[in-house]
Amino acid sequence: MYIDIWQFLGGLVHWLLVDIIGPILGWIGFHGLESWLGSPGVLNFVTILLVALIVFTVGMLVAITHIWQERKTLGRLMDRRGTQVGPIGLFQNFADGLKVLVKEAIIPDAADPLVYNAAPVIIIGVSLFMFVTIPYSQGFYVANPQMSVLLTLAIFSLVPFGVLIGGWASNNKYTLIGGLRAAAQIIAYEIPLLLSVIGVIILAGSLNFMDIVAYQQSHVWMVVPMILGFVVFIISMNAELERVPFDLPEAEAELVEGWMTEFGGMKFGLIMMSEYARGFVGASIATLLFLGGWDMPSFLQFIPDELWFLAKVFAVFGLFIWIRGAMPRVRTDQILAIGWKRLLPLAAINIFIAIIFKTLGWF
Amino acid sequence: MTEMWINMGPQHPMTHGLWNLRIKVDGETITDSEPVIGYLHRGWEKEVENRTYPQIIPMSDRLCYGSSFTWSHVYCMAVEDLMGLEVPEKAKWIRAMSDELQRIGNHLMWLAAIGPDLGNLTIFLYAIREREMFLDLFQALCGARMTYNYCRIGGVRNDAPPNWERDVLRTLDYFEKRINEYEDLVDRNAVFRMRMEGLAYLSGKDAVNLGVTGPSLRGSGVKFDVRENDPYEVYDEIDWHMCTRDEGDVYARYRVRIDEMRMSVQIVRDILKKMPKSGPIRVKTPRNAPVGTGIGRMEDPRGESFMYVIGDGSDKPYRLKVRSPFFVTLSAAPHMLKGYKVADVPSIMGMLDVCMGETDR
Repeated sequence: MYIDIWQFLGGLVHWLLVDIIGPILGWIGFHGLESWLGSPGVLNFVTILLVALIVFTVGMLVAITHIWQERKTLGRLMDRRGTQVGPIGLFQNFADGLKVLVKEAIIPDAADPLVYNAAPVIIIGVSLFMFVTIPYSQGFYVANPQMSVLLTLAIFSLVPFGVLIGGWASNNKYTLIGGLRAAAQIIAYEIPLLLSVIGVIILAGSLNFMDIVAYQQSHVWMVVPMILGFVVFIISMNAELERVPFDLPEAEAELVEGWMTEFGGMKFGLIMMSEYARGFVGASIATLLFLGGWDMPSFLQFIPDELWFLAKVFAVFGLFIWIRGAMPRVRTDQILAIGWKRLLPLAAINIFIAIIFKTLGWF
Repeated sequence: MTEMWINMGPQHPMTHGLWNLRIKVDGETITDSEPVIGYLHRGWEKEVENRTYPQIIPMSDRLCYGSSFTWSHVYCMAVEDLMGLEVPEKAKWIRAMSDELQRIGNHLMWLAAIGPDLGNLTIFLYAIREREMFLDLFQALCGARMTYNYCRIGGVRNDAPPNWERDVLRTLDYFEKRINEYEDLVDRNAVFRMRMEGLAYLSGKDAVNLGVTGPSLRGSGVKFDVRENDPYEVYDEIDWHMCTRDEGDVYARYRVRIDEMRMSVQIVRDILKKMPKSGPIRVKTPRNAPVGTGIGRMEDPRGESFMYVIGDGSDKPYRLKVRSPFFVTLSAAPHMLKGYKVADVPSIMGMLDVCMGETDR
């Protein structure tokens, strides 16, 4: 059971424009406008806008819920209660959002204003752009390109670029080191991340999220044959998301707040927000590639696909939070050592395993 | 990339107090460093010259927020030496016990502080949770949580409250289980080990030459502990041994402190067994000190603390000199930091147990 958002909203828009607004315009006398509104191009465009709006809203809501989830789970892991604002702490995010919204927008004197302001735009824009390619179910997505896996991961690796120029433009020693660390980090984790995905792509024979999930529905969840790849993927994804074992660019102990030190007010708020939006996307990719997406046991068919998908996403994000609760931060040279000496060979072995399985036709 | 100086402090998450570590970096490698202190200078040594001897006890409590009792203790020892007083037997035992409880509390504060330094908040909250119980014990003993004003010249202020022994033993039993939890979280975590092992190597010879004392010295394999080498109070009657490690790196200093917490638990248990059940806890002291000098020397949680007091026959000291263990350890920091990365600074400095109150005085 799944919700086909395209069919639903397409029907809604058709009804609204053709059956309601069109006749009204015709009654007034705007016959040209009436037929223009009824043309397939306009209907399509309005539908796409509505779908994008809904998927964006759902994505942002999930990201906000991730912040709440992190606060509460981390609190429990640390033997405290976590946030208490509102019922079970649900209002904390809105209080925080309001707080950063009313802060003064400061641009440091020594900063390069153009790049300084462009960096958050790049980071936030890129983070939200990734919602586009993530399908929640067969019918709940914005775009479904043939190579959606490749596209999503390609967009993902644009973020460190924003971090680098943001750290440079702030004209502060801490932010500069933070930005350079982001650049050093990307060469450590990006290759193992992509290589660990290749195993899945070889088995499924497709670069499309839909096809990969369909393959897992008909065969087996990828986490079973590709367990090595899953481990590599989760670790590299932690680095990609700049979460605790690998949050070098914003190491708060030695670099104050890392590359974000000079960003204040709503810029900071949106950057933090986009971090969790990326966290949601990262957990979604792990779910789609390794945990069967919206696949479910057959006796639980009555639960909608989208809820299954979100439940798995929250579980994966819970794993990220658990790692954060247990781990300290590694060092720049250590993340390079981990990436190149440990994760890369493991990812390569994973590809061999995938090739062997594919050749033997086991999975 | 050219070399540049970075100020880490005076307002910086790494500092644990108000001081400034200036580091010269080449990329991320530290080529030179310079600790700048004095932001917290209160003129303590001058100020006490205008106070009578008993009035200085609460002042010396405020030398360090983490280990107030040991500071008032070393002050009282110095004045007792000046006045030639003999402390009653029971007071000695109570002082030694309070020292060890304070040592645990202070090491827990240190353990809490290294968590955020290394990027993990969990260990911070765990350690603070257990420290709370030791603060509760001190509250039962002397009514205050941090600045106790408990030690007196010639004894201690009051005897232990009823059920004291039961409460302490209960806390220690619970706490011993918790130390295992810390070891599970830190020692068995490869990333924690990666951040600590082989870092800031300090050979025993260098440590002695730089004047480093306390756990940092014992982490370099030098067997020196004032409690054993120059026993004060009742430490020669207690069943205990010194904790040392030979590696001389950050991990060794970490291990020494964790072992010391275990050892303190053992010492407190032994003290409770051997402590006389009754007896005087304080002797009457003269108002004016004689002309002369006195010293107090003891093993603070951070190292060897030392006070030198000169009396001029009045009720106020002519001069009171404090040797702060961390002041000396901090001056060894440039030696330890050189050649390591910026990311190692919190790890190295945090592992020395920073306390600026006693350093700047």
